Amino acid sequence: MKILLVGEYREGQLQGCTCELLGFARQMKAEPVMFLVGDAADLPAFDGRLYLAEAGRYGEFSPEVHQQLVLEVVEKESPDLVVLSHSSYGWDLAPRLAAALEAAQISEAVAVADGAFEVPACNAKLRRTVRPATARGVVTLQAGAFDPAPAGGTPEVQTVDSAVEAAGAVEFLGYEAAEQAGVDLGKAEVIVSAGRGIGKPENIGMIADLAKALGGEYGASRPVVDAGWADHDRQVGSTGQTVAPRLYMACGISGAVQHLMGMKKSDFIVAVNSDRDAPIGEVADVLVVADLKEFVPAFMTTIQG
Amino acid sequence: MKILVCLKQIPDMESKFRINEEGIWYDEANLAWRINEYDEYAVEQAVQVKEQLGGAEVVALSLGPARVKEAIKKALAMGCDRGVHINDEEGWRRDPFEIASLIAGYAKEEGFDLVFTGMQSQDRGSAQVGVLLAGMLGLPAMTTVVDFALEDGAVRVKRELEGGMKACVKCNLPAVVTCQLGLNTPRYPTLPNIMKAKRKEMQTIEAADLAAAGSRLVTDRLAFPEKKGGGLVLEGEAADLAGKLATILRDKIKVL
Repeated sequence: MKILLVGEYREGQLQGCTCELLGFARQMKAEPVMFLVGDAADLPAFDGRLYLAEAGRYGEFSPEVHQQLVLEVVEKESPDLVVLSHSSYGWDLAPRLAAALEAAQISEAVAVADGAFEVPACNAKLRRTVRPATARGVVTLQAGAFDPAPAGGTPEVQTVDSAVEAAGAVEFLGYEAAEQAGVDLGKAEVIVSAGRGIGKPENIGMIADLAKALGGEYGASRPVVDAGWADHDRQVGSTGQTVAPRLYMACGISGAVQHLMGMKKSDFIVAVNSDRDAPIGEVADVLVVADLKEFVPAFMTTIQG
Repeated sequence: MKILVCLKQIPDMESKFRINEEGIWYDEANLAWRINEYDEYAVEQAVQVKEQLGGAEVVALSLGPARVKEAIKKALAMGCDRGVHINDEEGWRRDPFEIASLIAGYAKEEGFDLVFTGMQSQDRGSAQVGVLLAGMLGLPAMTTVVDFALEDGAVRVKRELEGGMKACVKCNLPAVVTCQLGLNTPRYPTLPNIMKAKRKEMQTIEAADLAAAGSRLVTDRLAFPEKKGGGLVLEGEAADLAGKLATILRDKIKVL
């Protein structure tokens, strides 16, 4: 099994998910070979071959150019699998590679065994086991699903010097920083978060009151923020804040992986959900199966009584 | 300006899912269906472009059995001009390459200036069809878009990155844009618009009449994930549950 990993680099920094790619290669007992658009000043620490394309020359985000560069390395290495992170970089680049290689793509793998990959379906309520019907496969890995390889070693660097034109139709203009968080959820010892299950915006008040009664802050899941029921600085998850309070209470949150990424390291997790099968149950220390609109007022009465 | 919106009809994610007889996908019986949430943002953005330009033709396309026409009708009620239904009883079996090739088979002769799709579906979550379709149509693709502006024949978007950061990206038309949640606020169809939508054109094309790419993925099975979390599950009356949880929080983590 030959694997080509496609590392990630942004704003002058190697991204953490790159270690998970190396962890995947280790689990597959494959010699790690990596392609990276990055910089010699910040290289991943591993023993293996690294094809390094200078970010200064080829751009940090230039999907059509990166596609061509990866294809040139595939030509040289002839890997069985091309592996990326299931991230804003990886899920953008992977189908471009799969299309050019006429290869199957498996998105967001969470496990692998005997050449078959498990991927989530229906908001992680189900798991699908799929395998490529093509000789070569392109795979993206769910963030956090594979243990990162411990850093160590020095890659044998081969600088990519390609004739590919360093500009595509998609032109990168620059980054926009995340909005400054008005509320630093990272400092809260208790967070009570509202999900779509609260049903209507008026019910945010009930969640905020409970958070206050427990001496904490309230947070929210992405759908609640997208709907405008809570401000973005309350959002917990991979595109919001990452938190690890003593107590995290998820109210009406089904538990999409993007949300779990932002809170699963909390010391103690309580989930209140009417759906016993909601994926949040996987990480919860206590799952209270109940209608929030009944449970939260009852719980307030209990703790204040 | 000619705009295509690709949308998928998916089951309500709160449904109690059951595995189908073949053991490779969910059983479609007794499910409530709706437009894939990401695609609602795609529909809304297409209609907003039409409003901005003071006119454009917006085509709403969906692939699947007859039921998906309901999703197309909703898109028409939101402001799309005509519907295209690629009739395919076996649509659920198809992998992203096959689906993209069927859509491309229809779209390649139509000369769309702008194509919107959701960045992924809620049931499959592959996040591939939009990018693959772009490749097959020979168009540039911009994915995971949370901000969209059209000016002088160029599209300027913001892509959502990890940690709340965004990347500002630009490209000229024609182009494919895949929409992330929160891109806009999808409108609710009004009753007069629902009535008007009934008179809008709905074209049906048989999938068999379009050239599909061969399948590249084999599905071994679909299953419920093993319950790994050994968490305590509390069920019963709200008042009893409240008491039990309060006791746990007091004893175990001394929060109360």
